[in-house]
Amino acid sequence: MCRIGAIKSLNYVHPSQALLLMQSQQKGHDNSGFAMVMHDLGGIFEGYKHLPTLSLACTDEGLKVAEDMLHAAGFQRVLQWVPEVNDKPGLDINAMPNYVFETFDYPKHIKKSSQKEKEELLLDMRLNLRAALEDDEMGFVYSFWPDVVTLKEIGDPRDIGTYFNLWEADSKFTARVITAQCRQNTNYDIVRYAAHPFFLQGFTALANGENTFYQKNKEFQRKLHRGYIGFESDSQCFLYTLHYVHRQLGWPLSYYKHVITPLPFEEIGHRDDAQELQAIRQSLSHLEINGPNTIIGVLPDNTLFTCCDAKKLRPIVVGRSSDTVVFSSEVCGINEILPDRDWETDIYPNEREIVVIDNNLEVQRWKQ
Amino acid sequence: METMKIHDITPNDLPWKIRYDASRCTLCGSCVAACSFRAIAPKVERRRMVFSEGDFPEPKTRFSAIPVIRQVHSIKNYCRGCGICEKVCPNDAIGPLRNVDNRHSIVTRCLAGDSVKRGGRKNLESTSRTLDRLRVGRISQMTDPSLDAQRHTFDLLAPFGRILPPGKLPFAVGADGKLQTTGQSPPVRWIYPVIIGDMSIGALSWRMWEGVAMATAYLNEECGLPVRMCSGEGGVPVRLLKSKYLKYMILQIASGHFGWNRILKAMPHMTEDPAGVLIKIGQGAKPGDGGLLMAQKVAEHIQAIRGVPKADLLSPPNHQGLYSIEESVQKMFLSMNAAFKFRVPVAIKVAASATSVSVFNNLVRDPYNIVGGFFLDGIDGGTGAAHEVSLDHTGHPIVSKLRDCYLAAVTQGRQGQIPLWAAGGLGKTGDLAADAFKMMCLGANGVFTGKLILQMAGCVGNDMGRCNACNTGLCPAGITTQEPALAHRLDPEKVAQNIVNYYLAMDQELKKLMAPIGNSSLPVGRSDALVSTDRAVAERLQIQYVC
Ligand code: SF4
Ligand code: SF4
Repeated sequence: MCRIGAIKSLNYVHPSQALLLMQSQQKGHDNSGFAMVMHDLGGIFEGYKHLPTLSLACTDEGLKVAEDMLHAAGFQRVLQWVPEVNDKPGLDINAMPNYVFETFDYPKHIKKSSQKEKEELLLDMRLNLRAALEDDEMGFVYSFWPDVVTLKEIGDPRDIGTYFNLWEADSKFTARVITAQCRQNTNYDIVRYAAHPFFLQGFTALANGENTFYQKNKEFQRKLHRGYIGFESDSQCFLYTLHYVHRQLGWPLSYYKHVITPLPFEEIGHRDDAQELQAIRQSLSHLEINGPNTIIGVLPDNTLFTCCDAKKLRPIVVGRSSDTVVFSSEVCGINEILPDRDWETDIYPNEREIVVIDNNLEVQRWKQ
Repeated sequence: METMKIHDITPNDLPWKIRYDASRCTLCGSCVAACSFRAIAPKVERRRMVFSEGDFPEPKTRFSAIPVIRQVHSIKNYCRGCGICEKVCPNDAIGPLRNVDNRHSIVTRCLAGDSVKRGGRKNLESTSRTLDRLRVGRISQMTDPSLDAQRHTFDLLAPFGRILPPGKLPFAVGADGKLQTTGQSPPVRWIYPVIIGDMSIGALSWRMWEGVAMATAYLNEECGLPVRMCSGEGGVPVRLLKSKYLKYMILQIASGHFGWNRILKAMPHMTEDPAGVLIKIGQGAKPGDGGLLMAQKVAEHIQAIRGVPKADLLSPPNHQGLYSIEESVQKMFLSMNAAFKFRVPVAIKVAASATSVSVFNNLVRDPYNIVGGFFLDGIDGGTGAAHEVSLDHTGHPIVSKLRDCYLAAVTQGRQGQIPLWAAGGLGKTGDLAADAFKMMCLGANGVFTGKLILQMAGCVGNDMGRCNACNTGLCPAGITTQEPALAHRLDPEKVAQNIVNYYLAMDQELKKLMAPIGNSSLPVGRSDALVSTDRAVAERLQIQYVC
């Protein structure tokens, strides 16, 4: 089984915290990968929050192809950060030759365009890059978005940390929201794109579980949006549904739970908003999930949330201190990060709620 | 020696031969009285008997006339193998035997100059069905724990009605951050995924119809299963139209338009809306041919309900006066929707055929948003009467046609918008839950069934061609007849009880299938849950092949 976790803090946090959070849950995963997405960046990226950053793992050739494409499209590089790697022998890691984080200024012709148009361009650019780098596995484009970087690798999380020099905390590479996952590959091939968290237009989602409605979700989502591609993992479907419900349909986040785990018809019948809930259930029945799942998500405004499947078949716990909130599959992960917190205030979310952390770290529990 | 008449009919020409043992027969006459087809009759035979009366053998011969039961050698009153004589015989002296060497299909046509007509399929090639080559193969394991059929809750409901795509829902976000409905949506009813198929009140005896209606009401009101029953073409008694039970009834309008006058006239007096309207364009059991209600079955009350004289009634294969699917859909749907003020979902039923996918594609793009369901009816089912040649030689099996429709919807990203309902030989093996489940995995929202309902009621027919006399008005079980004496053989309460019990068992079985694949709602489109050991089937249906 996978293990998932997230940290949201008022202060900038170094990824070593995420590694600690995941490593303490070592028994729950099999080292088939570690991945994390960082939102609301600090350190070297802090001054570039409004400009998109590309997260890329690639070969030399892939790097050239990607940079040529970006330049041809009019993007100008304003910052590049290549993590120094420690390629000592014996590490359990299946690394790509290059890891590149580059921040770009928008092409001239779009600088005055609306935010929406820029966002569509960023998506198209990422999809084009991904398609171009797919041949011979020249590279993997994880995200191309302002204030977001993504790191994914196959191997033992401890060794991945060593390889990227992530065990030593510094102030260069930090973020206020970090989501992370350690994998246990159960169903699908071990490919880089299959590692959670998944990212699309400011939305991040990761999950611990199995989506038994994968086939249904996938068949439906394919036609919904050009960005809904890949489907290397059944958990990608949760991201696409989140994106679809919240961004495409423009529905409040509280309806996400009603889409993925609709209430039984009988209960819907007793509600004041029965008409809306029934319409949602019937119209979006192909986006339901029916397997055991815990989902963690991040919205473009950096709101962090978690929710579970309708029968609560996967664990999650939320612990907090005055300046940090931590989500973790197992409580030992939180103990590692927030050893002095008041554990009596830990939240064990139930199957009928969304637990939401806003940017003031206020915790809200929305009943479905 | 008598002159041999080679063209005489003998039992050997007929599909069933009567086995009779005169030494066991007490001549009670029960079998002759019970045979609704008059296929057996008393006859007197001249018998020679050798006997001896004294202490020593002194054989003498005596001739006497003794009564016996004999099979009638008539193409009209041929034995249907229904076995009623056997059932009533106190001494096991009589019963039917299948005659594999019969010439029935030839002699009937030769003698009558007319085509053979039959009620119901005989499915003589039914050794292995496609559905039986499929298994539910995805069983949850530790990583996706299975559900508990007893403990967990399940939603076994299917939609009847047009479902709007999410982007078209009339929603706006209110000031409180909640979604509010700002406009009209088509009506959708969530009902039990197994509908009691469309068998008309002319086709069934009034006691059978009453039994089915009773079962439907009981399932709804006592068992909490929202089962719906389709009226079939032929109208509905006015008393039912005015009653509260109308809400469990899907009214069918078909090409014959039988009974619709009365329904329209009763509208102002209706206290409930019907569960839905089903417009029948075609039917798999007799595709392209139309249903036949023989004059024998057009009893007085049927004449009244349908507004017709006592004559053979044909439901034409298509709606006369409508020239295209678009036109018929537009006309009928608009008029039917308007009649019920857009409160009642309207669905369409077509026969599975080479063109059914095109029809479905057409409807999926329906700009009126009024097609509330696509009922697809394949061969293999059928209780109705039709010419044998149509029943045996026309039509498509349901499985691949249903799958084609579902995949056509998937290709357009419109699955679920027009609910798919399928029928045609489902439950033929007696296990409707398994068939329904597999059909849902292939894309059906629900299924409907007719013939199995007759069999629940006590129909003695089977899929090997036994009985199949539903068209004659002589149904020995009182199910498909309007003869009072025969109809009285049927106990409506028992019919209702059997149907209710079957549904309860099926409900349990559906959950038993849903639990291991980890589904708490119906497995529509879960083709990943199915596997096939037949490569051709797996490829055609796009499911996993295992061996
Ligand atoms: S089997 Fe049926 S049809 Fe044949 S003789 Fe007996 S009762 Fe009549
Ligand atoms: S319904 Fe009646 S006539 Fe038809 S097959 Fe069954 S028993 Fe025979």
